[in-house]
Amino acid sequence: MEEIGLLMQGFAVALQPGNMLLMLVGVVLGVLIGVLPGLGGANGIAILLPLTFAMPPVSAVIMLSCIYWGALFGGAITSILFNIPGEPWSVATTFDGYPMAQQGRAGEALTAAFTSSFFGAFVAVVMITFVAPIIAGFALRFGPPEFFAVMFLSFACFVGMAKGSPLKTLAAMMLGFLLAAVGMDTVTGQLRMTFGSEEMIRGFDFLVAVIGLFGISEILCSIEEGLHFRGQKAKIDLKVVLRTWAELPRHWFLAIRSALIGCWMGITPAGATPASFMSYGVARRMSKDPAGFGQGRIEGVVAPETAAHAAGTSALLPMLTLGVPGSPTAAVLLGGLIMWGLQPGPMLFVEQKEFVWGLVASMYLGNVAGLLVVLVAVPWFAAILRVPFPIIAALILTVCAIGAYTVSNAEFDIVLMLIFGIVGYVMKKLDYPLAPLVLALVLGDRTEEAFRQSLLVSNGDLGIFFHNWLSGGIMAAGIALLLWPALAWARAALASGLGRARAA
Amino acid sequence: MQFVVPAGTGGGADQMARVIQGIVSKHALMRQPMVVVNKAGGAGAEGFLEAKGARGNPHMLVITLSNLFTTPLATGVPFSWKDLTPVTMMALDEFVFWVNANSSWRSVQDLIAAAKQQRLKIGGTGSKQEDQIIAAAITKASGAQFTYVPFRGGGEVAVQLVGGHIDATVNNPIEAVTHWRSGALRPLCVFDTKRLADTGKMTETQAWSDIPTCREQGLDVDYLMLRGIFMPAGVKPEQVAFYEGLMAKVRETPEWKDLMQQGAFNTTSLTGEAFGAWLAREDERHRSLMQDAGFLANPA
Repeated sequence: MEEIGLLMQGFAVALQPGNMLLMLVGVVLGVLIGVLPGLGGANGIAILLPLTFAMPPVSAVIMLSCIYWGALFGGAITSILFNIPGEPWSVATTFDGYPMAQQGRAGEALTAAFTSSFFGAFVAVVMITFVAPIIAGFALRFGPPEFFAVMFLSFACFVGMAKGSPLKTLAAMMLGFLLAAVGMDTVTGQLRMTFGSEEMIRGFDFLVAVIGLFGISEILCSIEEGLHFRGQKAKIDLKVVLRTWAELPRHWFLAIRSALIGCWMGITPAGATPASFMSYGVARRMSKDPAGFGQGRIEGVVAPETAAHAAGTSALLPMLTLGVPGSPTAAVLLGGLIMWGLQPGPMLFVEQKEFVWGLVASMYLGNVAGLLVVLVAVPWFAAILRVPFPIIAALILTVCAIGAYTVSNAEFDIVLMLIFGIVGYVMKKLDYPLAPLVLALVLGDRTEEAFRQSLLVSNGDLGIFFHNWLSGGIMAAGIALLLWPALAWARAALASGLGRARAA
Repeated sequence: MQFVVPAGTGGGADQMARVIQGIVSKHALMRQPMVVVNKAGGAGAEGFLEAKGARGNPHMLVITLSNLFTTPLATGVPFSWKDLTPVTMMALDEFVFWVNANSSWRSVQDLIAAAKQQRLKIGGTGSKQEDQIIAAAITKASGAQFTYVPFRGGGEVAVQLVGGHIDATVNNPIEAVTHWRSGALRPLCVFDTKRLADTGKMTETQAWSDIPTCREQGLDVDYLMLRGIFMPAGVKPEQVAFYEGLMAKVRETPEWKDLMQQGAFNTTSLTGEAFGAWLAREDERHRSLMQDAGFLANPA
């Protein structure tokens, strides 16, 4: 096995003391970046990139990719503790992670999140190690119709995920699509729905909306309910890690399925955010107790976190082999590669073996380092919940405002965040689900773009979505998932009909 | 010192800004730290409007691409390059006409002939920006109609061509070079008046300088994209001179030369009045190209 030998050489490079130190620094910085909403991995890496010019490329990319791991881990922390997703791909983690924290199971939720993140990333790295060239070729099959089909499948997995009125779900989703359409339209190059306002040109950034809808509205709700956090009485020590670990192996099948969904979404390259939503949706569909999701089930944390990390990691593959970033963070790393004189693309694996395998080895080690760092810190993170609410609320508000500002260095975004906070509060009070809105806001833009690109290619013929087995198959799977509730209902009706017939 | 990039992270302008930032800090060319800020909203309109509003601020630079001309024309955003102070042209970015190496098109004539038989698809970055303008110019010069399919970034466009989802692209050299070297793409011609300078072999048989110009191939289209540095309006001449000097030093560093070679850039650099005249000419040219193609937001 040529790969094993090369990988061992890679380990030798990554295990040099200097590089190990950089790894640790990277992970810690990454966790901090991930915790601050708005200051995502992409921004963090962009800020630190110039510092790495003095380093050799291998060391530089090891540190930067460790920041990336750290940010992936860190995003889960605020989602679980405060219902504020630190990163877009942690939104789905809030659905069950936050209820768990409210029930005093914050330590458990954090441990489950970190461990499943690690598992997802690990599966993806193994895949990168052994099947990189095959997979890279597969990504080439994805044109606009295939991309739209994948997006369609993400939505299909998620429809019906919110409890309550289907009409309210639909309304929330449509609002999300509407908001996603504001700003520059890539296909026509025109500004849409900006009403002549210079501030609206940017459109509604997903993170600003999420910080407001989830974070600010949560604080408003807490204030209404009497200024305290539920779940602060929980006993927290390192044993919670071991207790949770004892429970996790039961969810092995869920974890493997989620990791596969994640790898698939990372390569295609749809990215970590749709992967986490899709994995959560599928987990809920396949569960024996779908109603329990959203109330604090550990599966609801395992599924999105595993998928998000598998996707985040495998997103580096199309970046290295094709020069197409699978995520915004990968896009910045890509810029870095070019600056160190490395040309990402098919020739990288041939001409820069030492670099590629040093990076792959650092993926293994960086993940282990990341897991250790965050697990040791679980009790501290969870202990944050013991701080009296008036103090922590003020801190959260400040951090949220900084986060919203950082997304695109715009003061107007802070105002937007507050408006979204009020919208979120009202929607919660009226029982409108927030998840479909968020899903539509984050994916709406790309979905619409892929749809219109496809129709441009086909001269308006909708048949293009079924033009080959790949997009046709994915579309069919999506349609089947959409019709699932109707099918289940029909089967139940038929069964009860038969039952009655037999009884008669 | 704020360095505004009117484009997203990871794109060509962003890369160049970050290389400049790295060079300035590594060689200690300036005492103040330089901070790169992306203001990508509305095809860069956000960044330009910010610079327009920062009149007299000597602590702000803007790096521009062709969206300096195209964005205001296509969207009607109230902005023109005359709202900024030109400092220097750093380089010009080339465009190359690419097809998939598996296709039967070996010359521009092959492709044009095929396009007249059956409508072909050209992919490019964004809409009503440089790539689509070139596509429209090709149609004007050759009479062949193309369907233009916009994507988000140059790297994505190149991969769509490798995957055979589109028929041709006008990618910058740096966006497609790796696929050329791996044998997946074939360059047909370069949209410049003379061939590229770099004679080092990029593939087994070809160097950048071996690619004919489009004019040689009978397609009379040339287009270069500005990579220039601007300041807000109303700054003092000595402040402009400071940055002119700074950028001249940047262009002397080995890191900069590496970047120029990798991206097969046209290393023309202009300052002062010559730069201003170039800008006025290009602005007029963009207006007429976009008018012909029907891309103007407010046709006169």
